[in-house]
Amino acid sequence: MDERPRRSFWEIMNDIDRRIIFVILFVVVAIPLVLKVGGTIPPTAPVEGAHEAVESLEAGDYLMVSIDFDATSAPELMPMLRSVLRQAFAKDVKVIMLGHIAIGLPLGHMALEQVAAEYDAEYGVDYVDLGYRPGYIAVMIAMGREIEDIFRTDYQGTSIREMPITADVHSYADIDLLFGFEHGAVIDYWVRYAQARFDQRMAFGTTAVMAPDAYPYLQSGQIEGLVGGLKGAAEYETLIGQPGLGTRGMPAQEWGHLLVIGFIVLGNLGYFFTRGKQRKPAA
Amino acid sequence: MGSFGMIIGTWLAGFLTFAILSFLYKDNPFYKLAEHLYVGVSAGYWLIYVAFFDVEPMLVRGFLDETGIEKWILLVPAALGVIMLSRWFPKTAWLSRWPIAFTVGVGAGLGITANIQGYVVPQIQATLLPITGLNMDSLDSLILVVGVVTTILYFYFSKPHKGILGGAAKVGIVFIMISFGASFGYTLMARLSLLIGRLYFILSDLLHII
Repeated sequence: MDERPRRSFWEIMNDIDRRIIFVILFVVVAIPLVLKVGGTIPPTAPVEGAHEAVESLEAGDYLMVSIDFDATSAPELMPMLRSVLRQAFAKDVKVIMLGHIAIGLPLGHMALEQVAAEYDAEYGVDYVDLGYRPGYIAVMIAMGREIEDIFRTDYQGTSIREMPITADVHSYADIDLLFGFEHGAVIDYWVRYAQARFDQRMAFGTTAVMAPDAYPYLQSGQIEGLVGGLKGAAEYETLIGQPGLGTRGMPAQEWGHLLVIGFIVLGNLGYFFTRGKQRKPAA
Repeated sequence: MGSFGMIIGTWLAGFLTFAILSFLYKDNPFYKLAEHLYVGVSAGYWLIYVAFFDVEPMLVRGFLDETGIEKWILLVPAALGVIMLSRWFPKTAWLSRWPIAFTVGVGAGLGITANIQGYVVPQIQATLLPITGLNMDSLDSLILVVGVVTTILYFYFSKPHKGILGGAAKVGIVFIMISFGASFGYTLMARLSLLIGRLYFILSDLLHII
């Protein structure tokens, strides 16, 4: 006969197997994706700032897009990257892409080619991918003097002086806006070297983890806008009127947050009701 | 052929996704395989990118195309790069300190000025905002100053946290905790986004349920 003492509800809750929590989380996040619930996400001021920065560009202006993330941040940053590119190509803004995370640059290139095709943009005329050069700081400082010193060719090996889009682009003075997509500290380097030294206008899309670190730059006016995480991506999609993966993922995000809040409350109640109790050793 | 490649790629990505997620149950050979593949492929990517986007165009082609001092100066970073490889051999490992010293020196020099010019001064300017009367902007400015000062005082350990200093430090803790809470909330959003991304891939690209 089992003589173990009966455990209370709260004791069971306090000792729940983490794998059960994982399964519940998977199901709760999957349901809104399958049911396709939700609507548009109203934009906030930081995202509106980023949108207005791109909106202020005129046809023929230059937007430099920096891909500073890799696959680990793609679900958050790819939707906002596509939105910014769509907004730029719709306004006939010239897009110059580069990146500081080598294994992430192909993701940026895929998005660039996909969106460029939607707007019949021509490579070398309307957009270009300069590729990757190691050493953030050296690259950023050198581009303030002469971009060709660092990027003599694009990612395919074509001289930047042979392509119409970059034939007369020499430094930040020729770049009307820099939009960086960041999952790490590269944003600090952009602000401290390109903005502070060369007064480059800039806005950023960051992962949610990075957003709190980027807010001081927004508050100080060093950057014009900030798109933070999947929510920011959904807000940007609202602003350009093209719902995408950001908007699609937000209901799942909300359901997941509610579940985690529920677990936090449950865990704390469990701790409160069982504190002081010690299990008696089996006789 | 392209579509066949896409199918294989999607199934491979699906397998690797499940292999990584299987770690949530417990460590297993599938997870290890996926993890090692990721490390290996990433390292290979870096090597190819550095070789073809840096060493070849900037060093090799630069040396062949340039003339005069522009050509010969390239031997300096090339030599420093080769010296770094001396770390592989214990007897000559000390030589690698030279390129490391060069990198640290340049980084520190650039970093000091950039941090002051691009971070410290603008952030101080953005903190010391005027209080213009009884309005929300003034309240924001006041909270900002109180938050900054009390947080700094919390990390002042030269005197015991008693009296006014102790009270200010306690207020500082409140601001720090709010900051941690915001960071935790954003981190949760980021991690859930990754899960949503993978689930969307599984439900959409792999299983065609949505």
